[in-house]
Amino acid sequence: MPDVLLEMKNIHKHFAGVHALNNVSLTIYAGEVHALIGENGAGKSTLMKVLTGIHEKDHGQIFFRGREVDIKTPQEAQALGINMIHQELNLMPHLTVAQNIYIGREPMKGIFLDERKINQMAGELLKSLKIDIDPATRVSNLTIAKQQMVEIAKALSFDSSLLIMDEPSAALTEGEIQELFKFIRDLKARGHSIIYITHRLDELPHIADRITVLRDGQYVDTVNIHDVTKQQIISMMVGRIIYDQPKSKSNVPEDAPVVLEVRNLVAPNVSNVSFTLRRGEILGFAGLMGAGRTETMRAIFGADPLESGEILINRKKVNITSPSDAIAHGISYLSEDRRAFGLAIGLSVKDNAVMANLEEYSKMFFVDDKQVKKVTNEYIEKLSIKTPSITQLVKNLSGGNQQKIVVAKWLIRNSDIFIFDEPTRGIDVGAKSEIYGLIHQLAAENKSIIMVSSEIPELLRMCDRIIVMCEGRVTGELSIDEATQEKIMSYATMNM
Amino acid sequence: MDIKNSNKTHLGVQKLLAVSVLVILYVFFSIFGNNFFSFTALVNILDASYFIGFMAIGVTFVIITGGIDLSLGTTMMCGALIGGAAYNLWGWDIVSALLLTIAVSTIIGAINGILIAYLKLPPFIATLGTMMSGMGFGAIVTKVMTMRFPTIDSPDGWFKYIFYKTSSGFPIGAVWLAAAFAIASVLLNKTRFGRYTFAIGSNREAARLSGIKVQRMLTMIYTLSGFFSGLAGIFYASVYTTIIPSTGNGLELLAIAGVVIGGTSMTGGVGSLSGTMIGVFVMSTLKQGLMSMGLQAHWQTFITGIVVIGAVLLDNYRIAKAEKISMRGKAVFHGTFPMK
Repeated sequence: MPDVLLEMKNIHKHFAGVHALNNVSLTIYAGEVHALIGENGAGKSTLMKVLTGIHEKDHGQIFFRGREVDIKTPQEAQALGINMIHQELNLMPHLTVAQNIYIGREPMKGIFLDERKINQMAGELLKSLKIDIDPATRVSNLTIAKQQMVEIAKALSFDSSLLIMDEPSAALTEGEIQELFKFIRDLKARGHSIIYITHRLDELPHIADRITVLRDGQYVDTVNIHDVTKQQIISMMVGRIIYDQPKSKSNVPEDAPVVLEVRNLVAPNVSNVSFTLRRGEILGFAGLMGAGRTETMRAIFGADPLESGEILINRKKVNITSPSDAIAHGISYLSEDRRAFGLAIGLSVKDNAVMANLEEYSKMFFVDDKQVKKVTNEYIEKLSIKTPSITQLVKNLSGGNQQKIVVAKWLIRNSDIFIFDEPTRGIDVGAKSEIYGLIHQLAAENKSIIMVSSEIPELLRMCDRIIVMCEGRVTGELSIDEATQEKIMSYATMNM
Repeated sequence: MDIKNSNKTHLGVQKLLAVSVLVILYVFFSIFGNNFFSFTALVNILDASYFIGFMAIGVTFVIITGGIDLSLGTTMMCGALIGGAAYNLWGWDIVSALLLTIAVSTIIGAINGILIAYLKLPPFIATLGTMMSGMGFGAIVTKVMTMRFPTIDSPDGWFKYIFYKTSSGFPIGAVWLAAAFAIASVLLNKTRFGRYTFAIGSNREAARLSGIKVQRMLTMIYTLSGFFSGLAGIFYASVYTTIIPSTGNGLELLAIAGVVIGGTSMTGGVGSLSGTMIGVFVMSTLKQGLMSMGLQAHWQTFITGIVVIGAVLLDNYRIAKAEKISMRGKAVFHGTFPMK
């Protein structure tokens, strides 16, 4: 039995009614690389934030080197020798490498900073870690991979025995990843323990000794990496919850025309994405966070510039350089952040409903209130929007009803293609089923829908076809009758 | 390493640009202005630089943290007015009155700091509030009377010899400004205080997680800005003698403009005091130069505005260019994933 470095026992954590961690336990041995895996929202980050004192646990115990500890701040964790390398690197880009490593602990000459000493100390530290970076370089001039190395060096300068890395490979190239792995193996050989959070299951055999799987804030299991297959890990991650009746077959007729075709789209974080969308189709986009789905949609909608590629609407090539171009071509984008992108929540239902189409509802310079009321009432009825009146402020309505108002707005604008980006994130079950009904209704009226969602069961229930993305590329396309959670997960974690 | 410290060189480029603008302006006005190329005109440029210079030094620290201090101008006036009241109305001696000037301004700075760091007000709002209240407070304390500091021939006239001009006409104020610049430069570049100022402006969250007491630091930085406004008040009083209640707003913008022309970024993390000094002198050279060409104050403000916009446009262009380069790097990275 190896030495136990860290033991987290029966950890519970609630956030505003959500049970983010439910009786989670984790044991880390000295000198092991321990992978922590699970879907988005499984509780990996929360668990690590509890460990490093960023969040306070509700219940449970933490033992470090056999002693029970109560970690309240990141500094206390650091003092124990626990350091976390966050995904969004916590460096100060305008300072040099040396200045970043020793921030808060600068060597001094009297009341002055000892610039020579700090560079010398950092130089020795980097050299001992075989990191080839000039300590006097400004951090903003380094690649992400080098910045990560700097952050690791900073952590190790604290005499760290436990390093937590949150998806360190997410922003690295293949070569850089190999370098990182070599570095991690070196650290392991020196007796450091590493908790490695990742979405890339294919990396695990190369780097991890054991893995712990979390699902929906609960502990699933801890296994030796060589005792399990990738498929087994995936089933551990997604569980066996049966979601209410997945769709069994596509509702789109064979001969339905293609309304939208995207060819070889390249944009920031999107590489060479091609797909088609048919009339009346609900096309799902699955993938993990950062897979490039939102970026793809934003590029199609003209919200971000596309670097290359073609977009065809009704078989005609179109040039979309701004959202107003996309809207003119009948595309509407319902972003995951309704408040930021979809609605003026401080305005009334009717103001929002006609916002994208005011010219049509104006006479001369004046808004034709009679027409506005008429059309708003029409769509309130059509979409069964629950609002006490059309002058109600949108912010007073429920999330589901807000979503419907966004849809009403685009219907009034005569949109044919609806892109829903995470339409059900953060809304309750009742509102979810209303949104599902709404999307079905749109499809039945021969509108075409793209649905980006991180909830696979939801996609299986709603879509006629599912495209899976990973690392900015399309890694799989599944018709609904062949799609399963496991298949989607394995495409979504396909390490190219 | 050729990319090493390229940020520093970027700042250097902007500073170099500011220096050349300063030289070009000076040569231009020397040729086309009336009596501009003279010792008197040079002294006039210096005279107009003192109070703006002190404010600009203080607010450079604030702007490097990514903040702003709109209260500089009225804080300076409020300090000088209350110091003047102590001297004119309450019978204080001149030394105590000057110390009071600094104390009042420093306290307003500390209030800014507490509002921003602990009560979490946006710097713009907090200092907008103290800008207005400071102006009102000075007028209330002086009962809206104009305050007078000693003139050269009065018994306390030595005050002008020390801070403004020696009896031989030497612009001694420039020495004080140079000294303040030197001390502030050491503070900004050689001490922890300065290092943390940059750290907070560069990535506040990272600074906090590194154990820097961000709230305390911010309070100290805004207090420092108030202190420098107090110094500005003393030099304003020594040059202009009379302090009129309910004035001072607008002057902070001259100081901020100087900082911006000098290449300090409004988004924080980047900046230098030498740039700030150059920026301040660009503005006072413009002022004197345009005057020497017979153009009045409104021309001066008009053209200063254009210079400020030009300086920031140039800065944005430079940043956009730098970002484009890093974006290109990113695109390459996405292309290099080998297919399995």
